[in-house]
Amino acid sequence: MSQAQDTETVQEDGIINSVSGPVVTAADLDARMNDVVYVGDEGLMGEVIEIEGNLTTIQVYEETSGVGPGEPVENTGEPLSVDLGPGMLDSIYDGVQRPLDVLEQKMGSAFLDRGVDAPGIDLEKTWEFTPEVSEGETVEPGDVVGTVPETVTIEHKVMVPPDYEGGEVVSVEEGSFSVEETVVELSTGEEISMHQEWPVREARPAGEKMTPTDPLVTGQRIQDGLFPLAKGGTAAIPGPFGSGKTVTQQQLAKWSDADIVVYIGCGERGNEMTEVIEDFPELPDPQTGNPLMARTCLIANTSNMPVAARESCIYTGITIAEYYRDMGYDVALMADSTSRWAEAMREISSRLEEMPGEEGYPAYLAASLSEFYERAGLFQLFNGGVGSISVVGAVSPPGGDFSEPVTQNTLRIVKTFWALDSDLAEKRHFPSINWNESYSLYSQQLDPWYRENVAQDYPEVRQWAVDVLDEEAELQEIVQLVGKDALPEDQQLTLEVSRYIREAWLQQDAFNDTDTYCEPEKTYRMLQAIKTFNDEAFNALEAGVPVEEISNIDAAPQLNRMGVAEEWNEFIDDLENSIEEQIRELY
Amino acid sequence: MKEYQTITEISGPLVFAEVDEPIGYDEIVEIETPQGDTLRGQVLESSDGLVSIQVFEGTGGIDRNASVRFLGETMKMPVTEDLLGRVLDGSGNPIDGGPDIVPEERQDIVGAAINPYSREYPEEFIQTGVSAIDGMNTLVRGQKLPIFSGSGLPHNDLALQIARQATVPEEEEGGEEGSEFAVIFGAMGITAEEANEFMDDFERTGALERSVVFMNLADDPAVERTVTPRMALTTAEYLAFEKDYHVLVILTDMTNYCEALREIGAAREEVPGRRGYPGYMYTDLAQLYERAGRIEGRDGSVTQIPILTMPGDDDTHPIPDLTGYITEGQIMMDRDLNSQGIEPPINVSPSLSRLMDDGIGEGLTRGDHADVKDQLFAAYAEGKDLRDLVNIVGREALSETDNKYLDFADRFEEEFVQQGNDTNRTIDETLEIGWDLLSMLPKEQLNRIDEDLIEEHYREDEGESETVEATAD
Repeated sequence: MSQAQDTETVQEDGIINSVSGPVVTAADLDARMNDVVYVGDEGLMGEVIEIEGNLTTIQVYEETSGVGPGEPVENTGEPLSVDLGPGMLDSIYDGVQRPLDVLEQKMGSAFLDRGVDAPGIDLEKTWEFTPEVSEGETVEPGDVVGTVPETVTIEHKVMVPPDYEGGEVVSVEEGSFSVEETVVELSTGEEISMHQEWPVREARPAGEKMTPTDPLVTGQRIQDGLFPLAKGGTAAIPGPFGSGKTVTQQQLAKWSDADIVVYIGCGERGNEMTEVIEDFPELPDPQTGNPLMARTCLIANTSNMPVAARESCIYTGITIAEYYRDMGYDVALMADSTSRWAEAMREISSRLEEMPGEEGYPAYLAASLSEFYERAGLFQLFNGGVGSISVVGAVSPPGGDFSEPVTQNTLRIVKTFWALDSDLAEKRHFPSINWNESYSLYSQQLDPWYRENVAQDYPEVRQWAVDVLDEEAELQEIVQLVGKDALPEDQQLTLEVSRYIREAWLQQDAFNDTDTYCEPEKTYRMLQAIKTFNDEAFNALEAGVPVEEISNIDAAPQLNRMGVAEEWNEFIDDLENSIEEQIRELY
Repeated sequence: MKEYQTITEISGPLVFAEVDEPIGYDEIVEIETPQGDTLRGQVLESSDGLVSIQVFEGTGGIDRNASVRFLGETMKMPVTEDLLGRVLDGSGNPIDGGPDIVPEERQDIVGAAINPYSREYPEEFIQTGVSAIDGMNTLVRGQKLPIFSGSGLPHNDLALQIARQATVPEEEEGGEEGSEFAVIFGAMGITAEEANEFMDDFERTGALERSVVFMNLADDPAVERTVTPRMALTTAEYLAFEKDYHVLVILTDMTNYCEALREIGAAREEVPGRRGYPGYMYTDLAQLYERAGRIEGRDGSVTQIPILTMPGDDDTHPIPDLTGYITEGQIMMDRDLNSQGIEPPINVSPSLSRLMDDGIGEGLTRGDHADVKDQLFAAYAEGKDLRDLVNIVGREALSETDNKYLDFADRFEEEFVQQGNDTNRTIDETLEIGWDLLSMLPKEQLNRIDEDLIEEHYREDEGESETVEATAD
């Protein structure tokens, strides 16, 4: 969290009037909406959320036990902001961008104490700055003035802050500097350092939003294969507890081909965040082979951390994402879970005694959700480049009921819907994304990419799989009544084929070292192999071979082993040949 | 310390009093009734001149002349290693007739959140000796794994069985002088009869001397229930992170705890959330459940097994629903299995352990564990699906393989899940039963298991005759 530095206007301190959980009111405080204030003798961080006459209402980002009326409230005069600069990757923050490792050191305890603040980036550390402009050049807001090697994977670009005027460069430095030292000076007197601040509730400006045409390749078959997400697109993953939301989110964070990943653990489990913290530095990035952590920024506000900081962690995350987008990177942001964020809004709102909307959520729930998702997109940048933010939000509907307000308001905005299904999870079919309910509105605009980069007939093969799965859903209703053997032979065969689509292709083992990531070519070839079986089998059926003999060929169960096959190209070649051979032998 | 006789309103468990000094949020209050009783309470809201107080023992006997004292501190739990072997009431006062507790420290019962950066990821397998848990939904140290049950189901027996049998086999084999094991038992609103059942078992097995028992019975004040689990967890954290114990915390019944929250919410005239429960119930429950785990550099651990009875056996009810979103899985008790006499009646399909995958496998349990588990889940699900169909079309209409799945599902319940409350199975025994059952199915149906493992463990004699038939027709 950014500390207030300019104290040109000395603010009047206020006095606490009342305390109720995270909501505190103060009298005689001279503050604007959304100003950050320090509350009580311990200086707990809070934010102004309502002003009524002489009373200011503050949501406090820390536990308020023991805080009482009469204690002082100090205003910083600045809105809640994040520190932006090199050092954010490979970091883990709480909901107001305090680095958790620094907090541990400062507090000297494994438990989170109160009233300790720390800047979001290390202000002392020096970075190697290489200028990209020279004296006399004119720069405008958003322009890159130099670069810093931030991690092994990512080159950090130092930009003219968007709220600067810009002008002619009068002096440029090169070498090692701390983030607060000036590296470029402009004729307007503006000084550019590697450190920027930006208020989290305000979107960073960018140029025009464009239509995304490239997929965010996730390495997950059901996502890449059936319901793709575009780079710059939005997706929602709703599902009841135990259906695998978090594993799905983590798989995306690990394997998607974004340049930068911002992972927000919003009101979720502490142990899960620890798993991410322990795993990511060791896992290799599939694109570069460097540690995953080198492209990842983690925000962990677990369920037992203060509720107001849970409300703000989503904004902290998206602001960091926007900053990297401005450098021209493709950023993927995972928010797990947006329901906890909505509940935090509900909790604060009810403490403010606002008139509740549906199910106690505030009336502005829909507006807040759409404001957040609208910060995603593929953008033309002011500096001429292109950058994108893809947002994937998990939703935790109570009782798994998708008709509740958070799910419904989210679905009105997002264009990809990955519906998790507890029945599938109970059968340990993972990822338990229901193929009948899910959809992606990006499929068509991404088709040209798939044709060009994977296979010419990719969209057709995908459509074939969708059709088979649809037909299966219909047939299953009949099977429930009369049993499978009562169906005509061709329909029995369809069921057999769809079973392979489900078990060999849609199912993917996140815990298997090979299967956990599946490149689009492999996704395509696996499906093509099942289609080969399908085509050969139907030919044989027409020639009069009984369905049982066809499905009992030795090669067929090998389809289930394609996912874990390391040398998959050879494996699938061999498998397709033996399927052809063995079926043709039957007639 | 100032005394006030300024009570303006008494409503349900709440008392409102006027004050002329600042009072801190969450501060502890003592109220003396005209009869001379002292009641304790906590500040729920503090504004200039007026505080609302939630009284733990109930507001009976308080009138407007009662005097109110503010103690100037938040609720603390006196902790010491000597608590082991003691029985306390729901507010932490000894009720076993033993000596007074001389605390080593007094700790805030609200408890700060563990910094996620300081946590250590739990991956030490705990063998509970119950196949349905060890084999299918493995518990690990530092996990929070609730039992979702219903009224009249034997969840207490299961909790006791786990408390009795839980060991970490690795440490035992290695002869390592592992940290000591302690049980903290927090009872909220359970009946005196249930309480006796627990106490008898603790005494019979000698477990009491390594336990701390907190008892809030059904006829104790409801509001006190909001304090009991916090007392229990504060004690657990102290024993685990300062005295290096491996602590197992059993909290029963979380449903009563949530009812108490609702009661307070209603008395405060808050805007209610689903089914009248307060909107902050998720946060409140998280502040309890998240107090489980391991901390880097400390030897101890806190493992939680909260028990809750689902109203109407409905797992979408807010209490199980919010719990499931916070805890790392759940163990589901099943009424049908119970009436079939399966003991323990655990339905493995909707049960789940999220931390299982890192706690099993070579070196932890056995190399084939993960594959066997996946296959058992899939085969059992298939068998259960077919049961519906069999009711309509009869067994004869099903194929040979389908019939095998049906038999598999039956035997799975009767041999794998069924084991009795006094049987303690090692993980090897559990997995061998798993292989016995899987060998009923033709080899090529075992598509979740690595082929080498099938070669190693598959019982040819049990499956052979059927396998030949299945491929012949």
